[in-house]
Amino acid sequence: MVTVTKGPKLRQTRKGQVRKHIINVLVRNEIGVLARIATLIAGKGYNIESLSVGETHEKGVSRMTIEVIGDDIVIDQVVKQLRKLIDTLKVRDITDVPHVERELVLVKVHTPTARARDEVLRIVEIFRGKIVDVSPETYTIEVTGDEDKINAILELLKPFGIKEMARTGKVAMKRELFVDEGQD
Amino acid sequence: MSRKGADIVIETLKEEGVEVIFGLPGGAIMEVYDALYRDGSIKHILVRHEQGAGHMAEGYARATGKVGVAMTTSGPGATNIVTAIADAYMDSVPIVVITGQVPTHLIGNDAFQEVDIVGITRPITKHNFLVRSVEELPLVIRQAFYIARTGRPGPVLVDLPKDVTQQLSDVSIPSEEEVKNSLPGYRPHVEGNPQQIKKAAELIMSAKKPVLYVGGGAVNAEAQEELIELAEMMRIPVTTTTQGKGAFPETHPLSLRMLGMHGTYYANMAVYNCDLLIAVGARFDDRVTGKVDEFAPEAKIIHIDIDPASISKNIVVDVPIVGDVKIVLRKLLEELKKRGGKILYPEDREKWLEQIEKWKKLHPLTYRNSSEVIKPQYVIEQIYEVTKGDAIIVPGVGQHQMWAAMFYKYSFPRQFLSSGGLGTMGYGLPAGIGAKVGRPEKEVFVIDGDGSFVMTMQEVITAVQYKIPVKVAIINNAYLGMVRQWQEFFYEGRYSEVDLSVQPDFVKLAEAMGAVGFRAEKPKEVREVLEEAMKIEDRPVILDFVVDKEENVLPMVPPGKSYRDMILEDGKGSSDAETMYLVG
Ligand SMILES: Cc1ncc(C[n+]2csc(CCOP(=O)(O)OP(=O)(O)O)c2C)c(N)n1
Ligand SMILES: [Mg+2]
Repeated sequence: MVTVTKGPKLRQTRKGQVRKHIINVLVRNEIGVLARIATLIAGKGYNIESLSVGETHEKGVSRMTIEVIGDDIVIDQVVKQLRKLIDTLKVRDITDVPHVERELVLVKVHTPTARARDEVLRIVEIFRGKIVDVSPETYTIEVTGDEDKINAILELLKPFGIKEMARTGKVAMKRELFVDEGQD
Repeated sequence: MSRKGADIVIETLKEEGVEVIFGLPGGAIMEVYDALYRDGSIKHILVRHEQGAGHMAEGYARATGKVGVAMTTSGPGATNIVTAIADAYMDSVPIVVITGQVPTHLIGNDAFQEVDIVGITRPITKHNFLVRSVEELPLVIRQAFYIARTGRPGPVLVDLPKDVTQQLSDVSIPSEEEVKNSLPGYRPHVEGNPQQIKKAAELIMSAKKPVLYVGGGAVNAEAQEELIELAEMMRIPVTTTTQGKGAFPETHPLSLRMLGMHGTYYANMAVYNCDLLIAVGARFDDRVTGKVDEFAPEAKIIHIDIDPASISKNIVVDVPIVGDVKIVLRKLLEELKKRGGKILYPEDREKWLEQIEKWKKLHPLTYRNSSEVIKPQYVIEQIYEVTKGDAIIVPGVGQHQMWAAMFYKYSFPRQFLSSGGLGTMGYGLPAGIGAKVGRPEKEVFVIDGDGSFVMTMQEVITAVQYKIPVKVAIINNAYLGMVRQWQEFFYEGRYSEVDLSVQPDFVKLAEAMGAVGFRAEKPKEVREVLEEAMKIEDRPVILDFVVDKEENVLPMVPPGKSYRDMILEDGKGSSDAETMYLVG
């Protein structure tokens, strides 16, 4: 009954695409919850690209938006494990779900000359940013937007000399008017 | 009624039905020990090292299915129990560990005996808590028990600052319902998706070469009856992991015994060649799968597990079913019966079973016995005989653990209590003590290594103190044998630091600790000392079996290799290794 016919068929191994994921997590605002989530992601050997946390309208419930670059399959595993944490209420990878995302950036630009100030001002207007602080040598600009917009304005400001920058990390929320089948 | 936090702890433990605590006191936990003393209704086993308390709680939990409880002081007491917590985490054992902590106002101050045990154990507990106030104390303790025992079970740690145990409060003990409602983010799935269950039923009916692969989840769910019914009705051979042993009786004709690295030839062959693998409460551990892309390469896979994160973790499966194993199996049986329980290709199924019988005959589990020197396998067989196959076996970690798995046949769940995931040397003796405390009516045999035993041997004293008549068979090969075996096979025999020829005289040691000791050096003495040991019922017995030093555990699938690379019982490769994937 045992006969040689061919070599072994190989089981398909799991390899996903490596890309940036946005994970939304609703948590009970308990001590240690952030540490738990960070430990879990670090445990997979991944670095958190950005993380924002803030309260929601519900008492004791916070929303986190986590950006992490990783293999689709491993991220799926991370999401499942995040769901298992006792203090997480809802976990969702919204990368492929229509969603709105925003980030706020404060950037201090070197503007020692009148010309530099003029140009920067124009850029800021185009991007509907705001100048929130002024000194003889610098403008501090506030700008909000999605990743493309933020990257574009930073690119334009770079030649002037960026002295300092702070980013909030992304916040994201899924759009309402789309049918989708996912669950928590 | 207003009472101290410490009294609330005891009250809540009683509410949870706790009968016994394994532990050792110290400054930060003294209030609770005082309350325990004043109350007087919960038994406490005073260990000699906190690691022992953790493993005893595990042994108790594994043997009974109830939550095991361990208690330590802060700082070193807490760090000493970390290994046992990790062990329980890896093997999904429900235990609650209560640690003392410095008073809240000193936390973060590097106070005396302060350690951030909640931080340390975060990645190795299912959940953990630092209790902030006496008001939340009873809820937190009840949550800990609820989380430990439901869903995929696991260890939960509760860190108790001393001042919390001293404060007075009239807070009441919450009901089970209140506990559930207080954990809105925790909903262990149990039902199983009906569509998936239907799909599974169809696959099982149409499979030609199915195999059931059963893990510890089936033991936790107490699903033995359902498994036997499924296997018998659909004529499916069953292999179990070390954790799944006893979930399906190894004495059953459909049993393939254990699979994986030290699995039987026939179990591994069956898995390798099957066209449908039904994984039940198992997690595709690398010791089971070997090289992942050659694991059951031709099979469709159904995976039933309580833990959604276990599914498609190591291997992508075709039909995932998240749910309690027992409930899902019941529904699956219903679906099959609705369809008349029909095997669509009965001839193929019978051919498959015949092929398996051939494999069983070709390479059964065997060893070459000797009349000169004691073979470790022979000791295990003799233990099987004197205990009539009815003992609970608790092994250490190493070669002896594998021999215990192979040469004793397990027929009921919670019979083989082995440290599988973490592989903790030193687990055996204390876990065996815990098992005996939980199941005093059962014979409990610890089958330990000479290396493993000395890691926690001080707990013999505990067993003497509480008259816990556990039997300890030391398979004394004067080596860290499993490491030696790997050095022989994979490092050209360079025996780097595995020599245990200098060890205490275990018989004298037993006597020094108040236990009874026996030694066997010749094969004919094995049975004699075992029978002597069986007569002793009021004390632990240490049996020193001086065995063949360089015996190897075989068969073996070398780490990271495929089942095709299996080394068989004669130390040689499988002659049909090239062809084993081709059974048609
Ligand atoms: C705490 C711990 N340290 C190291 C190891 C690695 N290890 C696995 S098996 C083994 C040898 C065990 O020796 P022994 O208890 O005498 O058992 P034997 O293999 O000789 O039967 C070692 C060192 C381990 N599993 N656990
Ligand atoms: Mg040894």
